[in-house]
Amino acid sequence: MEEKIKVGIIGPGNIGTDLMYKVMRSKHLQMDFMTGIVESEGLRRAAGLGFKTSTEGVKAIAADPEVKIVFDATMASAHLANAPVLKEAGKIAIDMTPAAVGPYVVPCVNLAHLQDVDNFNMVTCGGQATIPIVHAINEVADVEYAEIVASLSSKSAGPGTRASIDEFTQTTRKGLEQVGGADRAKAIIILNPAEPPVMMCNTIYTLVKNPDEKAIKEAVEKRVKEVQQYTPGYQLRVPPMVEGNKVTVIVQVEGAGDFLPKYSGNLDIINSAAIAVAEKLAEQMLQK
Amino acid sequence: MEKKRIHIVDTTLRDGSHAVSHSFSPEQVTAIAGGLDKVGVDIIECAHGDGITGSTFNYGFSKYDEMELISAASKVIHNAKQCILLIPGIGTIDDLEEAYKNGARVVRVATHCTEADVGIQHIQAAKKMGMMAVGFLMMVHMASPEKLLEQAKIFEAAGADYINLADSAGYCLPQDVTDRVTALVNGLSIPVGFHAHNNLGVAVANSIAAVEAGATYIDATCRGLGAGAGNTQLEVLAAVLDRMGYDTGLDLYGVMDVAEEVVEPIMHRPQVIRTAPLMLGYAGVYSSFLLHTYRAAEKFGLNPRDILVELGRRRMVGGQEDMIVDVAYQMATERDGKK
Repeated sequence: MEEKIKVGIIGPGNIGTDLMYKVMRSKHLQMDFMTGIVESEGLRRAAGLGFKTSTEGVKAIAADPEVKIVFDATMASAHLANAPVLKEAGKIAIDMTPAAVGPYVVPCVNLAHLQDVDNFNMVTCGGQATIPIVHAINEVADVEYAEIVASLSSKSAGPGTRASIDEFTQTTRKGLEQVGGADRAKAIIILNPAEPPVMMCNTIYTLVKNPDEKAIKEAVEKRVKEVQQYTPGYQLRVPPMVEGNKVTVIVQVEGAGDFLPKYSGNLDIINSAAIAVAEKLAEQMLQK
Repeated sequence: MEKKRIHIVDTTLRDGSHAVSHSFSPEQVTAIAGGLDKVGVDIIECAHGDGITGSTFNYGFSKYDEMELISAASKVIHNAKQCILLIPGIGTIDDLEEAYKNGARVVRVATHCTEADVGIQHIQAAKKMGMMAVGFLMMVHMASPEKLLEQAKIFEAAGADYINLADSAGYCLPQDVTDRVTALVNGLSIPVGFHAHNNLGVAVANSIAAVEAGATYIDATCRGLGAGAGNTQLEVLAAVLDRMGYDTGLDLYGVMDVAEEVVEPIMHRPQVIRTAPLMLGYAGVYSSFLLHTYRAAEKFGLNPRDILVELGRRRMVGGQEDMIVDVAYQMATERDGKK
């Protein structure tokens, strides 16, 4: 059997469980340890699949010398406490929460440039879906202002997202500026309760300095293919529409349906991006 | 017998902002808010049509800085309470704090009618700041009275001072309003309000139905200025409620004069029910989609009516203005593919 890097997950909820299934499909990652802070269905599911489990949360994983990469799928306040423990134990943390202890990472944009980082922040689902496009447009057209509207099905927005909707919009805005390269940005989130649930849809408006339609279209189409490398359900719904200095693009994300239903493209893209980060790290570790 | 008091919430400077494409100037705000304050309106709402920080590509940019407008209103509001709208997902608590600094003392936290929990933190923050906080449920035609009561209770538990039901699509008929308001009046211990749109020509009738079912806060605008076919016309409502024996605290002639002398001259078009706004009400589509739909229809060479019907079929909710372009693009692509 090919050598793999062992992975732990803190937080056996929807995100953590979907990550577990994605790790199980990975070439370079070996699912090893799932921890929570109370007995739960998620922990039982992981145990049933033959993985180690614990209700000791971060402590249990920190004490396990075999686990190299840890996904923290808890919440911002918990990650603030977990981050130093993981660092101390020499683990690389991939932070699914908006805590932003470490730098923001969007795999197809800045993963290659982040060297010697031991804590990666995954921004938000809306950020993972829109920052690549803003970045692609910025490279060819210089984005002064970026604005995104992420619409999610109500069913795919858990209590964590609902209780911290301001954090979602603020974190996404910062990601659009810091990683996407927009001078200024604004993020909007909409929850739609329609049945059957709507697919995650993202509208990206940019105000650009050089509205070269051909260059923008090529850059966006190329970038969509790069995102599809790790999120196959990522699709261009409306290709770049240039009106004066305004560019409008709409992308849709259909989930892979690993654990979460396909309409949860929002959760799928942030998890897929996190896996892409972990795989890259594992590859580097295995080469050493 | 003492007349029952109905509180009037004027939203000319918020919902009416849609109808002038968010172009109110500080001078216009001063004239309108000052006029309304003198004639006995209880609450005066002033913000971008889609709430604070709604000034965006998606909803239309404001011509003037919104906080400057809020500040201008605060200088002439002495008797009424000054209000803003905040839609979680668009505006944040930081924005609320800035609006407070500029004079806002009431916030209406607006969510889609099934998503009240996204507004809990905003209601709580407002109460902590000493503001009056209102839970505002939009697109109420899309939920049953029972569901609305359940959602209203989420806002009530968070500390809301009253609950406002908004018929954002102007789809409700008077009986729909009676059923919804009755469920809340019976199930809550805080007051209930209502916000109408006139897309089916029943805004005043629906407001009467709300009052008769026990609502004590009613939204209205001068000349009915608002998204879609507009809102309940303030001066008409004042006259009707007076005839019905309610006390609105309004100076009827004064309200008529503000509408005719201050608001009418700055309107971009008469607030009448043209085909597209009628279709909003008929198909159950968010009223603020109207002007954006006209623009998309023109760009893609489509009939606005067809775009609105498709938006209704897709069950789009408030704030999804971006989907107008999506629908128009998909319809135009399909049409051109067939050629």
